[in-house]
Amino acid sequence: MKPFTTLTAVAAPIDIASVDTDKIIPARFLRKLRTPTSGYEPYLFHDLRLDAEGKERPDFVLNQPAYRNAGILVAGPNFGCGSSREGAVYALMDSGVRAVIAPSFGDIHYANEIQNGMLPVTLAEDTCHALREQLRAKPGSQLSIDLPAQTVSDAQGTKYAFQIDEVYKDRLLKGLDEVGLVLQHLGAIEAFEQRHFNERPWLA
Amino acid sequence: MSTPRTMFEKIWEPHVIVREGDQVLLYVDRNFVHEGSFHAFGALAKEGLKVRRPRQTTAVADHYAPTLNRELGLAGVADSEARDMIELLEKNTAANGVEHFGLDHPRQGIVHVIGAELGLTQPGITITCGDSHTSTHGAVGAYAFGTGASQLKQILATQCIWQKRPKTLRIVVDGALRPGVSAKDVILAIIAKIGIGGATGHVIEYAGSAIRALSMDGRMTVCNMSIEAGARAGMIAPDDTTFEYLQGRPYSPKNGDWERALVWWRTLPTDDGAAFDREVRLEGSTLEPTITWGTIPEEAAPVSAPIPEPRAMSADKRAHAEQALSYMGLTAGMPITDIKIDRAFIGTCTNGRIEDLRAAAAVLKGRKVVVPAWVSPGSSQIKRDAEAEGLDRIFTDAGFEWRASSCSSCAAMNGDTVPAGMRCASSSNRNFEGRQGKGARTHLMSPAMVAAAAVTGRITDVRTLL
Repeated sequence: MKPFTTLTAVAAPIDIASVDTDKIIPARFLRKLRTPTSGYEPYLFHDLRLDAEGKERPDFVLNQPAYRNAGILVAGPNFGCGSSREGAVYALMDSGVRAVIAPSFGDIHYANEIQNGMLPVTLAEDTCHALREQLRAKPGSQLSIDLPAQTVSDAQGTKYAFQIDEVYKDRLLKGLDEVGLVLQHLGAIEAFEQRHFNERPWLA
Repeated sequence: MSTPRTMFEKIWEPHVIVREGDQVLLYVDRNFVHEGSFHAFGALAKEGLKVRRPRQTTAVADHYAPTLNRELGLAGVADSEARDMIELLEKNTAANGVEHFGLDHPRQGIVHVIGAELGLTQPGITITCGDSHTSTHGAVGAYAFGTGASQLKQILATQCIWQKRPKTLRIVVDGALRPGVSAKDVILAIIAKIGIGGATGHVIEYAGSAIRALSMDGRMTVCNMSIEAGARAGMIAPDDTTFEYLQGRPYSPKNGDWERALVWWRTLPTDDGAAFDREVRLEGSTLEPTITWGTIPEEAAPVSAPIPEPRAMSADKRAHAEQALSYMGLTAGMPITDIKIDRAFIGTCTNGRIEDLRAAAAVLKGRKVVVPAWVSPGSSQIKRDAEAEGLDRIFTDAGFEWRASSCSSCAAMNGDTVPAGMRCASSSNRNFEGRQGKGARTHLMSPAMVAAAAVTGRITDVRTLL
């Protein structure tokens, strides 16, 4: 997993509240294989981005020239609610989005972002709103995220502090894979299993 | 005396193996996989890993299973990509020694229906699946939650997951539900009250006399949609209803183990005086049949109400409601019973169980549908049970298509889509834009309400037909 330390990138405002993972990637694309040469980027926000004929909708933010290369999204509350599909993260990552800033996230989607080395940043609702206004006023402007310092900086240099669980932060900074982290505790797991299944043999 | 504890704490604490900051390494007793789990199996193989405890994982084909031509088995899957998905699950499970209920297995069904049906889902245990509706299994008094593909891979490789302890929310529904009001109406009313993000970061325990009075089928409907309020899991204390349901099921503990399990399970309910981080109360006797009018499950209202005015809502809800009404092609202020429908669908992990089919059949008996309608029982076993009761005849006499078990039109991954612009009365769990197909419009409601809409062609208070 690629470590996440700092990121300076064009940020795009996503004004919709409760962006569900069906919106991020419609279910019909989840059967697609994801390979190094064929990523999930064509499916990102597919039905918001494209009309029935497959033509780009000019009013959708990521179709506008200034936001095309956005590496950060600033969204409304409850981003990534709904389905557990990790395809939503694959579509974001493969499109070059490495961080989403929002007042709150769907629980499973939040974990899925962390698992893939993406950074979900939680900032207050009015801060997210102000950032979106700023990005709309100056399309194509950048935000900088500093994970070690736990700050987001806007184009004027104003800094906003954010909280993140220390364990998640450490894993993102080091790009650690969790299977390895779990198996460090194999001895404890085996001891647990012996006790657990001795007491409840029908569960083994 | 020891500190009173919630049921959640009584399940969580004994499953903690290691603590690291705010995170714990939690043991997973049971894991379920389906065709969509191919990313996790792929990553596992790429890392040269195998499923560590294959007996604790169970696989079933559901999301991509077609509902027609099932007697032909795999050859009947016309969509080659869907067939590949179903075959891939078979290969991946065979390579790892995981039990698999494939397309033509008599026990095939929706993963969140067969879990309890087989007795794999039991009180006191931790349960995972790479699907958000895993919260369903909490209805027996388990801690059950969905994960993405990466965490599923870790569970397959280690039987453990790192997790932060959720907060606890008790939702108490007291009073007796009135005739025609079902578990689906209870959970839709709860979500409308607390909102789609109302339980984010929490595990919900449903309690109160209205919840206690529900059958296991009804309890699973309630817990199923916990995720629609953002909750990590939903749970209901096990009681005699639970034990009667589980006794004698293929994977339930047997003989002496059953007695030992019962002793343990009876200790699980929340102690009097145990503290929850939050509590919400609803009066069950005031609930009505409830339907969604918008594009998130919280955008729901009683059938007797008009469609709400976005102008009257708080600023944070207004923009979404305006967009939702535009997508749904509806006008604020119109009576909900004026909404005409084009399709009717009964099934899913929310409402595809035998009691759901009985409730719909009671409405359909002697009536005819006026729109295309289909039913996909939650499992192949439920399909056989319904046929033994003659429910299939009631459905087909009324003009419903009686199809095979699958997730079907809930997420429409198997091709059972609702055409763009069409409006579907659906017993499923999500009314997101495009959920049942690109441009499709979904109204969530109970199976009896779907049946009522199917015979009248519009949203109808089922109580007028009972």
